[in-house]
Amino acid sequence: MEFFRFERDIPFMSWGKYTTTISLLTFVLSVFFIAYKGLNLGVDFTGGTVLEVNYAQPADLNKIRGTFSSIGISDVSVQNFGSSRDVMIRLPIKGDLSAAKLSEIVIDALKKADDTVEVRRVEFVGPQVGQELLENGALALLFVSLGIVAYLAMRFEWKFGVAGIIANLHDVIIILGFFAFFQWEFSLTVLAAVLAILGYSVNESVVIFDRIRENFRKMRRAEVNQVINNAITRTMSRTIITHGSTQIVVLAMLFFGGETLFYFALALTIGILFGIYSSVLVASPILLLLGVKREDLVTPEVKSQEEAVP
Amino acid sequence: MNRYPLWKNLIIVISLFFGLLYTLPNFFGESPAIQISPLRVATATVNPELIKKVEDSLRKANIPTNGTIVEGSSIKVRFTETDTQIKAKDLLQAELGNDYIVALNLIPNSPDWLSSVGALPMYLGLDLRGGVHFMLQVDMVGALTKALDRYSADIRSSLREQKVSFSGIERERGQLTIKFRDEPARVKGETELKRIYPDLELRTTNMDRNFLLIATIKPDAHARMQTAALQQNITTLRNRVNELGVAEPIIQQAGMDRVIVQLPGVQDTAKAKDILGRTATLEVRLVDDESDIDAALRGQAPLGTELFTERGGSPLLVKKQVLLTGDRITDAQPGFDSDNQPAVHVNLDSNGARIFKDLTRNNVGKRMAILLVEKNLSEVITAPVIREEIGGGRVQISGRMSTIEARDVALLLRAGALAAPMEIIEERTVGPSLGAENIARGFNSNLFGFLAVAIFIMIYYRAFGVISVIALGANLLLLIALLSILQATLTLPGMAAIALTVGMAIDANVLINERIRDELRSGATPHMAISAGYERAFGTILDSNITTLIAGLALFSFGSGPIKGFAVVLCLGIMTSIFSAVLVSRSLVNFLYGNQRKLENISIGTVWKSAVKTKRSGKNAKTKNSELTNPIKDN
Repeated sequence: MEFFRFERDIPFMSWGKYTTTISLLTFVLSVFFIAYKGLNLGVDFTGGTVLEVNYAQPADLNKIRGTFSSIGISDVSVQNFGSSRDVMIRLPIKGDLSAAKLSEIVIDALKKADDTVEVRRVEFVGPQVGQELLENGALALLFVSLGIVAYLAMRFEWKFGVAGIIANLHDVIIILGFFAFFQWEFSLTVLAAVLAILGYSVNESVVIFDRIRENFRKMRRAEVNQVINNAITRTMSRTIITHGSTQIVVLAMLFFGGETLFYFALALTIGILFGIYSSVLVASPILLLLGVKREDLVTPEVKSQEEAVP
Repeated sequence: MNRYPLWKNLIIVISLFFGLLYTLPNFFGESPAIQISPLRVATATVNPELIKKVEDSLRKANIPTNGTIVEGSSIKVRFTETDTQIKAKDLLQAELGNDYIVALNLIPNSPDWLSSVGALPMYLGLDLRGGVHFMLQVDMVGALTKALDRYSADIRSSLREQKVSFSGIERERGQLTIKFRDEPARVKGETELKRIYPDLELRTTNMDRNFLLIATIKPDAHARMQTAALQQNITTLRNRVNELGVAEPIIQQAGMDRVIVQLPGVQDTAKAKDILGRTATLEVRLVDDESDIDAALRGQAPLGTELFTERGGSPLLVKKQVLLTGDRITDAQPGFDSDNQPAVHVNLDSNGARIFKDLTRNNVGKRMAILLVEKNLSEVITAPVIREEIGGGRVQISGRMSTIEARDVALLLRAGALAAPMEIIEERTVGPSLGAENIARGFNSNLFGFLAVAIFIMIYYRAFGVISVIALGANLLLLIALLSILQATLTLPGMAAIALTVGMAIDANVLINERIRDELRSGATPHMAISAGYERAFGTILDSNITTLIAGLALFSFGSGPIKGFAVVLCLGIMTSIFSAVLVSRSLVNFLYGNQRKLENISIGTVWKSAVKTKRSGKNAKTKNSELTNPIKDN
């Protein structure tokens, strides 16, 4: 079986105008949604309390809300999740009440109202911890970006580093844009997925860059965009198969992983799809735009020989 | 040419063997058990009698066990079911009394020969086994204030003792301001204080005709104080957690001013929080030896006294009036007295010293009791006889104790109270049913993900696909073995990382297989194609994995809790995947094709050739093309 049969190189680089427009558009849209709607940050980052409880019978959400107002707790969000018997309760941080005690009071009240309730999960994060986790997340993002640029610059050339990281940050912004648009909960696990994508998606660019370097050596006479087109076309099959395989596993997580892994897998899915797009149609045009030359990668000795040829 | 030297094959076989060995324990599962360990080493030890007592009482109650194991200073009894385990726990708790911790635990079911080579199952995180995680913040500002208040009282009495006149001491934020009326008094005060308190930084200023001396705690002393406060709090927490009966509690420092407490298997979070957050105090009171103890034992304690049981069992009447509290104790160390008997040396601060001096002068020949008060529970730690007046704040408690007891009493005196207030700033509780569900979810994601990828790759690459899948399996085996050896904590995100590793590790084999197809396409012989394919793909594989590794390391250093678990698995998975995708798969390829001198055809799925290129490479390629398309008709 062979899925991909290309008679000749696909002229990816000549589509540069359109792809750049598409990229810019999605990018600007994502930034707009992130700025306008904002991320729906989970309890990990905002601080607060989340309780997951399970009832023997389908839960009456209004009754639960009533229980809360009777003990004087307002601003509570009570939702079903998974099934009608599972309820997720979110409480914001209260200045006056010791937050650690809050969950105890809530559990007591819930047990009094209905003793079949089973507490499955309690998560309380203090405000200082949430702030720290957010800062550490941003730091990790910065560290990964710098690390990747440095590695690509060392292994190839600085232009490759810049092109690679722009393509990947483009993916990250788009993932965040999706999360902002749909107001999906952005938790610590989703952040891990975003960072993993940053490392994973750069693989794609690296594979293409490797081919570009090889082609610069082999295809002495070819134009730069011919070299790039050939590199992309010849790695196309691998790109699709690899990402397809990763996506299969991610789909397994999406379907079998439960609530905790659902958004994690969702972030990975968006990252993988846009990762393919960006390494082919974002990284390489940027490389061209930055004016990558054969001399950037091939030793000058070869260059002088070439000049000798009439 | 496609043959591996013996040593390379040996390395592969040996690492796979060890991989299998250390993965094995994960298949046996764990069985419920009860762990019995002495609360304090002094009062109870693990000896044959204890084991016999445990076994006898279980037999009497008709509770079937699966054997008893002695490990270090604790006994573990294994059961078949959780129900009997809980029944046995209640029974043993009642039989053994308060001197032992009886805790629920899980012990691996793997055979002894596996445990003896250190092969243990993976350590499951709280989100998989259920339990509570707390992060506590130590209030260092509070600790500093407390310390400065103590210094302020001490300085006051030192200046009085040295007959230096001063008009007042004030504490504001992190410093003490001592006011003097004239310059000579300040100079004298400064030299005296410098000598007595080397940990204080002294500075002079004048304000409103007042001669001021500003005292701050030196940075290194401050740092020492913080570490000591944190250490003392950790010790206190450890003592309290023992009461909860948790088999493997984790209590560790996190950063400069935080403590992480993890209690696997604990369900009653309210009780856990209660015990962790309790404030224990020490009290010194007088013992009433004059009243009738028998009457008290019958339930009529004389007015103003309470009945206690001393450690060791004898009853004791103690007066209700509290003479001294534990926050006056600055240190307590075990040691020996002048007769070479075990003793505890206690240091009191200056106020405490003064009170203690008065107390001892007025009560020579009587007994005093030192009590540990926690919530509504008081315990007499020790009740020594006062021999003489004790001044200077250095107290020695001795008599009727062993060295180990002296150590325990010192620990209790030190750890009885928290050095600084603490606050819970993070709590994560996972119920046991959710834990079991999470394991199933993680396992299913892995199983179905792996199967789907395996089927797809085997169809697409045929024999090379089978080899890739075997390499992927080897990767999984090695990864789980590594996680088991390192006893790294496996969390749900960690299980996601295992699945993700499977999805990403196949990339290396796809790269190799595509390269081999590429080489075949451009007319290389199968042998050449294999060796060139592996060689050329390797650089790419390395590059792409290193970038992922950078992300993994960043996650590890900046992440916390579940994210760290994800990062550890991701990083380990990258390393095992390079090994298995390159070395293991190559050795299988060599085994399959390496011995065929005239290799005409390899099974790597259909290699389709562009018409343009086929013309160029001629007849050779054409025959290959037709042969290769033969097995599957998808053209």
